[in-house]
Amino acid sequence: MSVIVVRDLVKEFRVAEREPGLWAAARSLFHRRYKVARAVDGIGFSIERGERVGFLGRNGAGKTTTLKMLAGLLHPTSGLVEVAGFAPQRRAPLFLGKITLVLGQKQQLLWDLPPVDTFELNRAIYDLSDADYRHTLDELIELLQLGTLIKRPTRQLSLGERMKCELVAALLHRPEVLFLDEPTIGLDVPTQLALREFIRAYNERHGATVLLTSHYMADVTALCPRVLLIDQGKLTFDGELDGLVRRVRPNKRVIVRRAGLPPETFDLPHEGLSQAVAKLLAAGDVDDLVVEDPPLEEVMRDLLSS
Amino acid sequence: MPGRLDRALPAMLRVGWKDALAYRGEFLVWMLTMTLPLVMLALFRAVAAEGSLGGFDASAFTAYFLAGLCVRQLASSWSIWEINREIREGALSMRLLRPIHPLWSYLCDSLAAIPMRAAISLPVALVLLYSIDGTAGEKLARDPVTLALFGVSLAQAFGIIFSISSTIGALGLYLESALGLWNIYVAFFMLLSGYLLPLALFPAWLQRVAALTPFPYLQSLPIEILVRRLPLTTMLRGLAIQSGWLVLSVSVLLLVWQRAQKRFAAYGG
Repeated sequence: MSVIVVRDLVKEFRVAEREPGLWAAARSLFHRRYKVARAVDGIGFSIERGERVGFLGRNGAGKTTTLKMLAGLLHPTSGLVEVAGFAPQRRAPLFLGKITLVLGQKQQLLWDLPPVDTFELNRAIYDLSDADYRHTLDELIELLQLGTLIKRPTRQLSLGERMKCELVAALLHRPEVLFLDEPTIGLDVPTQLALREFIRAYNERHGATVLLTSHYMADVTALCPRVLLIDQGKLTFDGELDGLVRRVRPNKRVIVRRAGLPPETFDLPHEGLSQAVAKLLAAGDVDDLVVEDPPLEEVMRDLLSS
Repeated sequence: MPGRLDRALPAMLRVGWKDALAYRGEFLVWMLTMTLPLVMLALFRAVAAEGSLGGFDASAFTAYFLAGLCVRQLASSWSIWEINREIREGALSMRLLRPIHPLWSYLCDSLAAIPMRAAISLPVALVLLYSIDGTAGEKLARDPVTLALFGVSLAQAFGIIFSISSTIGALGLYLESALGLWNIYVAFFMLLSGYLLPLALFPAWLQRVAALTPFPYLQSLPIEILVRRLPLTTMLRGLAIQSGWLVLSVSVLLLVWQRAQKRFAAYGG
């Protein structure tokens, strides 16, 4: 059953335009020019309950705008959006209790108070029973290894610790649908790994649906069997990650190591790959030979720079 | 939803109170910006030394401006600053994601600061009242009925000020910044509310103009009830008009908010 359904979704913004300079600034007081920017241009997809989907695209492609429409923060210009059976833009309390949106660059934690105060506030706002609250909080603290950190003022926590606490605040009400917008941005590698593991564990334990944007390809490879690719507001790919890789880089990468020489790299087509490999081996002196897909970072670089 | 609100509001007030305590340094400085009544008190006591003015002698001016100081501290809201900033930075997103109307959380933030404002302003006003002029205290109401009416007028004044402040904040979704509009509001407030000087000192035509606006009901009415300058019927009539302004300002706030939030662009992140 689809938990997220999007059809012909469009979002336009009216953007003021002004030439640089003092004269242009004065003129804009009386005559302001606007243009309509189409951030999302007729996209459509559906996501089943419990799926983990990566949402990829370069900066300004329309990923975050789409997530914000799915979470009910932005009103679509046209098209249909349905999440957990609700029209998000109506922001029904029941709907808001079923979803969460984590924005890597925005925080809901109260800056001068310990995270536990934000958790208590969310307990009251989401009307959680003491038993549910305690159970979920203990589970999240254990999964994220937070210990007593939650009692320190937020401003004294490191970026990684804050992000973990943000996730706790966002998940206390056990949302069924998680919209995660660059949740690992700016974090060190061990913390990125911990968060990835946590998101996977939460998805598996609770059957939650996850839609994730990230510029770190490791996030997407580790978490998302399916990806959506958006470019200039249009959906250009929807399918398995492997399929995306094959479409962008149809060749396999073959790395050959010979004694005393630097490794040689060949990008070879699938057709006739075994013959090509046999020929390389037959040339002799091969210490090691690896056949692999091109690194996802390269795939994304090609994809986003094209 | 009402059940959820019952349980959420005390928690929101508690958190707002803790937040106000965390920002106590800034909070004190903020309160100092509202001490204009003390300056006006010194000025008008000097004027009244020459003889009473518009029915105010030195004691009456003392009681009026110290009551004005307390009313200003207890019936004020800075939700405009918070809303304006959160719209510009996109931080309003986090409030909109919660299953409770954002206006409740802004209301709780404003209400939560009142105990701290009271804890500072009331002792200061009482000490000044009895140290400057021993007879000024006699001007203040002591009977329970008048004090209850003062309480009602204070609560309604807070409600109107919160609504106006939040409405101007929400207009930030139409304007690029609502602070210019707020400055215009503050200028009219200073002039027409009785904050700078008692409305009784104004020319009759300006008093008539002021009476057509909500401003006298934000400051002058609670003060004049507390310093016993109004007969009971005038007090009740004033409170009835004030409640009309309250209903109107809350209705405008809800309407503007409902329409304006569709324009929220959730900038950043």
